[in-house]
Amino acid sequence: MQHARTRSDAPARKSIFDSLELDTRLLGMIGAFVVLCLVFNLVTDGRFLTPRNIFNLTIQTVSVAIMATGMVFVIVTRNIDLSVGALLATCSAVMAMVQTVVLPGWLGLGLGHWAIAPLAIAAGLATGAVIGGFQGWLVGFLGIPAFIVTLGGLLVWRNVAWYLTNGQTIGPLDPTYQLLGGINGTLGESLSWGFGLAATVFALVYMATSRRNRRAHDFPVKPRWAEAVLGLVVAGAILGFVAVLNAYEVPARKLARIFEARGAVLPEGFTAGYGLPFSVILLILIAAGMTVIARRTRFGRYVFATGGNPDAAALSGINTRWLTVKVFALMGVLCALSAVVASARLTFHSNDIGTLDELRVIAAAVIGGTALAGGSGTIYGAILGALIMQSLQSGMAMVGVDAPFQNIVVGAVLVLAVLVDILYRKRTGER
Amino acid sequence: MAGGRGTPLVEMKDISISFGGIKAVDHVSVDLYPGEVVGLLGHNGAGKSTLIKCLSGAYQRDAGEILIDGRPAAISNPRDARRYNIETIYQTLALADNLDAASNLFLGRELTTPLGLMDEAAMEAETRRIMARLNPNFRKFAAPVSALSGGQRQSVAIARAVYFNARILIMDEPTAALGPQETQMVAELIGELKRQGLGIFLIDHDVHQVKALCDRAAVMKNGRLVGIVRVEEVTTDDILAMIIAGKKPAHLAA
Repeated sequence: MQHARTRSDAPARKSIFDSLELDTRLLGMIGAFVVLCLVFNLVTDGRFLTPRNIFNLTIQTVSVAIMATGMVFVIVTRNIDLSVGALLATCSAVMAMVQTVVLPGWLGLGLGHWAIAPLAIAAGLATGAVIGGFQGWLVGFLGIPAFIVTLGGLLVWRNVAWYLTNGQTIGPLDPTYQLLGGINGTLGESLSWGFGLAATVFALVYMATSRRNRRAHDFPVKPRWAEAVLGLVVAGAILGFVAVLNAYEVPARKLARIFEARGAVLPEGFTAGYGLPFSVILLILIAAGMTVIARRTRFGRYVFATGGNPDAAALSGINTRWLTVKVFALMGVLCALSAVVASARLTFHSNDIGTLDELRVIAAAVIGGTALAGGSGTIYGAILGALIMQSLQSGMAMVGVDAPFQNIVVGAVLVLAVLVDILYRKRTGER
Repeated sequence: MAGGRGTPLVEMKDISISFGGIKAVDHVSVDLYPGEVVGLLGHNGAGKSTLIKCLSGAYQRDAGEILIDGRPAAISNPRDARRYNIETIYQTLALADNLDAASNLFLGRELTTPLGLMDEAAMEAETRRIMARLNPNFRKFAAPVSALSGGQRQSVAIARAVYFNARILIMDEPTAALGPQETQMVAELIGELKRQGLGIFLIDHDVHQVKALCDRAAVMKNGRLVGIVRVEEVTTDDILAMIIAGKKPAHLAA
């Protein structure tokens, strides 16, 4: 009897993959990404996988990836947001005007005042939250389909941005604000190592605690060696990423300028790596935060429950209308954060900022395994989806593929990715 | 022991609700005592489910009054109903198919850690505990409920209703999708809950089952209440006649 019970409790492990309990879809995506990188690297004679290109690829991905994490929630609740690119433009316009006109001109803060960047960002975040929440209210409480609300929003907010700035390019933006743009603000080598080590320790401690938690309740756990392998892979990935970004060295001329500005002379043979850009750290924090929200908070649970079965969610006492408002407001806040990164990277606000981003964001979420039928999707998948899209785009540019063909390939890949996903779900019996 | 004595657990008085001019429920009154099972019978569209959804908070009644323990109860949404310890097992089961058993069991009432995050481990432990009692063969705690069989899904829905100390249980065709063995399991469970003093409204199409499980049967037709009878005083044919013809049996009609 005892024997039979143990057997059914922990069915015989079949393979290494079963023991590791890995998400096969994630593995497939990582595999596709690795193949993509290797092929581009081969075709470009090793120029694709240089520290410099990986650095650029990373900072180019951030803006779309930040919005894609929010799009996961929107799509999981069976909605869509076509207005994210336009909303990004409006937030960017508001922040640009606040830091170049409102604060220095009307409130008399001198250019370069320390409070300009935080106040401008706060104004942008508030704008995003209010507009997003308003669209969510139209969807949730008035019952207008999200497709229509945000299609209207696409036109409205794109042109609100235009109106706010008279269609002009607004810049240069505040120097502190520009730190969030990518190459203009990085952590440097030693702090990057510190961050990487802290992240590694955090990840390992997290894995250990959840294992201990499961053991404490007598739930089945992975074998010890499987946990160890996973831990090594995670640590290797984090530290390897930091090593690559640290290996991208600041050009000697730029270093010389920095030392000159300090009134010093560049020592002979001195080099410095860029390290982690602040924008990438922002993305990592957002990804971690959104994952915690999705998996560990009641709000996240309700998002997925509503996507899986809206009626069941409502009958369980979940206020699904208010939930819709919150999901869209969160999307708006993430658009504002993306706007910070995007405009800081350009060092100015331009009238066409974020154009077509809605399609890139939706494509990233969908390539990352978010089902348009609702109820399933992951944050890390969406970020990986954004990274795959960006790699594809810049890889093709590097190879010298003609512009029209680049877009043809990206469009075809999107459709193909969804087909593969459908076949995968059929095989695994998922809905 | 059931019925007729003391304060009823639930009294639904003169409940009316209409949709677009059609009276789905027309001045219906039923009551329910602790430790009693009241069957609700009638054709499809007779208004049984609609009536009961006024009690579970899914619909808002147009007129009438609901008393719980003799006191008027304000029930305007499912959360209110839960506050009165009213739990419902819907015909559709109302499960989020993409979530696992524990997530469904605690949906809307998640256990949280002091930090405000969900305590997954505690929820899974509680789920394992109650499932060990309701359905000892249940093993798929990590799988989404879409991967479960009809009976397993049913036991998740039942576990959700029973776990939170329900006093009033509404079961809308709980055995419709089940095999004979699982139907027997549900019947035994109803008996056990009854002994614990719960009041149960049981919506069912199977007259024999109603006769076997219920103390009283309320029959509805076209939104109106045909009558409420004690099951031991009528034959299954009498009940069938009430459902089909909409008339109380002659020997009780006076």
